[in-house]
Amino acid sequence: MLTASKLGKRYGEKRVLRGVDLELADGGFLVVTGPNGSGKTTLLRICAGLAAPTEGTVERAVSRGELGYLGHEPLIYRELTALENLDLYGRLYGVPERRERIGMLLERFGLWEVRRDRVASYSRGMTQRLALCRVLLHDPRLIVLDEPYTALDEAGAELLDAQLAELRSERTFLVSTHDPARVEPFASGRLALA
Amino acid sequence: MSYVRDVGALARKDLLLELRARDTLPAMLLFVAAVFVVFHFALPGTPSRLETTGFLWVAILFTALLGLGRAFVPEREQRTMDGLVLAPCDRSAIWLAKSLATLAFLAAAEVVALPLYALFFHHVGGAILLAVALADLGICTVGTFLGAMAVVTRARDLLLPLLFLPLAIPIVVGAVGASVAHAPGKYLAFLALYDALFAVVCWGSFEFVVSE
Amino acid sequence: MAGATIRPVLSLRRIPLVALALASLVLVTTALVFVFYVAPNDANQGFSQRIFYFHVSIAFTAYACFVCGAWNAFRHLWKRDPRADLESYVCVHQGTIFGAMVLLTGSIWAKISWGHWWVWSEDELVLFLILYLFYCAYFMLRFSLDPGPQRANLSAVYALFGVVLIPVSFAAIRLAKEFLHPRVFTLSGPRFGGWILVTYCVAQSAMLVLAYTLYRIEIAGKRLDLRLRELRDVMA
Repeated sequence: MLTASKLGKRYGEKRVLRGVDLELADGGFLVVTGPNGSGKTTLLRICAGLAAPTEGTVERAVSRGELGYLGHEPLIYRELTALENLDLYGRLYGVPERRERIGMLLERFGLWEVRRDRVASYSRGMTQRLALCRVLLHDPRLIVLDEPYTALDEAGAELLDAQLAELRSERTFLVSTHDPARVEPFASGRLALA
Repeated sequence: MSYVRDVGALARKDLLLELRARDTLPAMLLFVAAVFVVFHFALPGTPSRLETTGFLWVAILFTALLGLGRAFVPEREQRTMDGLVLAPCDRSAIWLAKSLATLAFLAAAEVVALPLYALFFHHVGGAILLAVALADLGICTVGTFLGAMAVVTRARDLLLPLLFLPLAIPIVVGAVGASVAHAPGKYLAFLALYDALFAVVCWGSFEFVVSE
Repeated sequence: MAGATIRPVLSLRRIPLVALALASLVLVTTALVFVFYVAPNDANQGFSQRIFYFHVSIAFTAYACFVCGAWNAFRHLWKRDPRADLESYVCVHQGTIFGAMVLLTGSIWAKISWGHWWVWSEDELVLFLILYLFYCAYFMLRFSLDPGPQRANLSAVYALFGVVLIPVSFAAIRLAKEFLHPRVFTLSGPRFGGWILVTYCVAQSAMLVLAYTLYRIEIAGKRLDLRLRELRDVMA
């Protein structure tokens, strides 16, 4: 589903990635680890199509509408409510039965009660949970998560574990994390960046 | 058509954001009023109709710049541009939606500015209104496009006027010409041509502004 | 296939830099000789008309640079040619330098002809002023971004805007004259024919070759710089 070979990325003078090879088959779960500054975020951004590599190639077998990405930023408008944010993304991704799906996700991630509140009033954990709703809203085939547990509180982390367990068999995952032990049960492959 | 749906959803988002923040539009209204007063004191003597028409268009241009500078700020500060770029919609829809929203704000500002101008200086005729409509289109399409470019640079709001003003000169020529000439037809036609030409260029190249 | 050689296509890139530099030197000198000694004196304007040869040829060269810049920008965006971004930048750079020369020579010509250092009634001069402002903003844009695909993309898009702006601004200036200033000063170059035409052609070729030489020098310098950085990066 996702193949990258000899990926390199340079921002001006600074080299962030060098000679990275990656292969992710359909239904796989690839865990990317590495210390801070090793280029995990850059690698995931390239795989998601948000950045272009300076060297090497990346091939994705999914279209933009079938890809879900969670970065360091939640990609949520703070001045809008949870409903408005998900409604926007729902329309852009052409999600069928949009309202029902939004409602279902908000309930699942424990945000139904605060759905009409502006995201600016949410805690960091709640915002991250909303971001996860955004990622899963259009039921993507390839899910790219960049350190998803970092901003989550314990309740949120458990919800994410449950989601991963539920989707593990039907979807393909590319996850970077500081805590590989947490996702170890799901992993089908590992990539360690220097 | 999904393109229209995407533009609609994005424009709705932009209008909602401004409604919540309530800072850009009031600022533009206050700015345009203040600028008129400054013009009154800046030009000694009694200005002719030709000169006050200049006031109007300079005021509109700089008020628009004020609004345009704020257009992509939510996308920049909250990094939500990534979210829009990831979506399967055509990238030009992002530009078009933002332009339409900015156009709405500019038009709202002009609903106050034009009567104010009529009050302070000279009455506003049909030709001027038409010129305002066409000029607004050009200002918003090109200005929003350049705003998206400026917002990713280090210089940010310093850069937008520099990028925008040379491109705005033909708009000013068309607009002022239509406002003062006896036969405004060809100036209005020129404005329409400018709008069409640059809209096509913007529409075709916005993809490259937001993606690598 | 071993032994088979492909005939190289005649390309400007293959002309060595030294040859270009020499050609520039020869042509510019020849142009100077023609302009000051060969071309006939114009009855109305006399000496000031001499600068006209350079002014117009430099202007045309500047346009050519901007159009080349836009063409390279297009190549960068559409064909993803990795060399195109630098080439586009250097074209625009040369165009801006020659554009500044247009303003300078135009200003001198205006002073000599009419006694003012600037006249708004000269269409082409006003056009170059607008373009100069536009392309200065190009450099501000470029320097406000870190090197990378984003900078290349944005510069390329802006360069394309520039080339669309040229005819639009020209039309705008023409339109503006009808209500801005009465036609007091008229642009009248010498009537073309005979030695005047020859002199102009020599001056024009000289400017074009000079521009291309400077372009090649700058490109070579920048490519060397890039290569050095790449090597440094590999060593690191």
